Amino acid sequence: MSTRHDIAAPPTEGGAAPGRPAPATGPTEADRRRRARLSRRWQRDLRWSPYAFVSPFFVLFLAFGLFPLIYTGWASLHQVELTAPTDMTWVGLRNYTRIFDDEFFWNAAKNTLMIGIISTVPQLLMAMGIAHILNYKLRASTFYRVVMLAPYATSIAAASLVFVLLFGRDYGMINWALDQVGIGKVDWQNDHWASKVAVSSIIIWRWTGYNALIYLAAMQAIPQDLYESAALDGASRWQQFLHVTLPSLRPTILFTAVVSTIGASQVFGEPLLFDANKGASGGAEHQFQTLGLYLYEQGWVNQHLGRASAIAWTMFLILIVIGIVNYVISRRLRASS
Amino acid sequence: MTTTLTKPEDAAPPVRKSRKPRAARAGGHMHGGPIAYAILVLFSIGSLFPLVWTAIAASRDNNRLAQTPPPFWFGSNLFHNLDVAWTDANLGEAFVNTTFVAGVSALTIVFLSTIAGFAFAKLRFRGRGALMLLVIGTMMVPPQLSVIPLYMMVAKLDWTDQLQAVIFPSLVSAFGVFFMRQYLIQALPDELIEAARMDGASSWRVVWHIVFPAARPAMAVLGMLMFVQTWNDFLWPFLVLTQTGNPTVQVAVAGLGRGYTPDQSLIMAGALLGTLPLLLVFAIFGKQIVGGIMQGAVKG
Repeated sequence: MSTRHDIAAPPTEGGAAPGRPAPATGPTEADRRRRARLSRRWQRDLRWSPYAFVSPFFVLFLAFGLFPLIYTGWASLHQVELTAPTDMTWVGLRNYTRIFDDEFFWNAAKNTLMIGIISTVPQLLMAMGIAHILNYKLRASTFYRVVMLAPYATSIAAASLVFVLLFGRDYGMINWALDQVGIGKVDWQNDHWASKVAVSSIIIWRWTGYNALIYLAAMQAIPQDLYESAALDGASRWQQFLHVTLPSLRPTILFTAVVSTIGASQVFGEPLLFDANKGASGGAEHQFQTLGLYLYEQGWVNQHLGRASAIAWTMFLILIVIGIVNYVISRRLRASS
Repeated sequence: MTTTLTKPEDAAPPVRKSRKPRAARAGGHMHGGPIAYAILVLFSIGSLFPLVWTAIAASRDNNRLAQTPPPFWFGSNLFHNLDVAWTDANLGEAFVNTTFVAGVSALTIVFLSTIAGFAFAKLRFRGRGALMLLVIGTMMVPPQLSVIPLYMMVAKLDWTDQLQAVIFPSLVSAFGVFFMRQYLIQALPDELIEAARMDGASSWRVVWHIVFPAARPAMAVLGMLMFVQTWNDFLWPFLVLTQTGNPTVQVAVAGLGRGYTPDQSLIMAGALLGTLPLLLVFAIFGKQIVGGIMQGAVKG
């Protein structure tokens, strides 16, 4: 094994490699040829192995990520039925005009936006506050961090089913508590606003702790002397938070906002399970039907895969717009700091 | 050989060493007061309450859940309900299936992400920057948007109700590549690779004897994160697997809620069973998982 190592040493660093015979002693012709072959192999290895290392990821990505995404766009221009997913008839942009004419599409878009706001904004604000507290010197800090990750370990299905019970109109824990304090019962399933709040609360519950940890990590990376000099300038704790913590956290805040926005645009399981009987329609009056649910309804309940593809592609275009906005904002941020 | 095996072990501590004082410093400027503890305790209760109540509801029966006030403490029906939910929802098969799917998927992702992350972190090659940008861009595109062609593929291959239909699409993890790259940039000293190169080690040898040992802590965390993610994945398994065919736990549990059994306490028992394995993992490895999430977050 050791001999092989000596021979295969890189020729570029050959002079420095210890223990190899000096050229002056005159290696035989065969020896030289063998060394040349090995060094060619060495070069090939250096040159191509990086591609070999990254290619499995990209092959999988092409097959199960990029290709399906682009093919969704192609399928959106066809009529495709769920019962025969391989039969495609060209219909041009008709799928798009159909969904844009459908009031339930706009309803779903509106619901997605509202649920997105109701779930993302309080979630990130709370996460920020919790992270700030976790950044204090605390006893048993690891315990709190693990505990607030427990919702993250809970699946959408399990979480949604519990919340359905907790939000039950007649026997739910939440209405019971509201009744006790004299607010009265809320119809969490049928009321247009309350149902959106209820669905959002599932999302908030699952993700706040996770985001708090991400903020905490960013807070711990802020150099201590920034706080010290702010304290010397007479800044209060609150002012330190406003003028030191928040500005340093800007990239992280943007990152979590983007990730949460993408997540919010895809919400599916929570509203699907929130009304088990209505399923894909998202409530009796579609009051909490999201775009994800609308896609599922068109594709798998009404069996129009082409139309579902048009919805998916529309969602993709919306995300691209969000991505561009994000890029512009982050460039501004970088320019200003 | 002994040197290449021990050196990566030395390589890991600097990360941890640099984390410790940083954490102490950042937290060091203020002690948490009683209000801080009060908020944390409240928040912890909020995080745990739905889970505890799942168990409480699972220990009652359907009649008790249709009364006010709702139960606040455990009843005596827990094991009966767990037993019935286990059989009704096909949970035994679902557990085997999900463990297999999540295990294969996590192991594959960890392996592929480590070698790709290593290449992006430590090797020079043409197109590295552009390809890395592509990886980051991929993270921003939710996989849900691709379900229709994937569904067509599955239909064409006749993979409905078969586990490979769930496994293959789950193997794409740009996050994993990014995560391993971030870790290896700091945890793997360049000198170590160079030294191995001097000894004439090929790239694969470097990966086996230097990268894998050095990346072990991050690989473990990534593996757990990916296991959790695949275990909890809902939409795609829901589309291609059926409750009676070859369900994952999520498909089976969701089936309980969708009128298959109208008994609420049974539904809660199913939800509890589906969640317990992951809660157990978090209880044991919580510290490492927290560390991993926070490590992946910096520079995110």
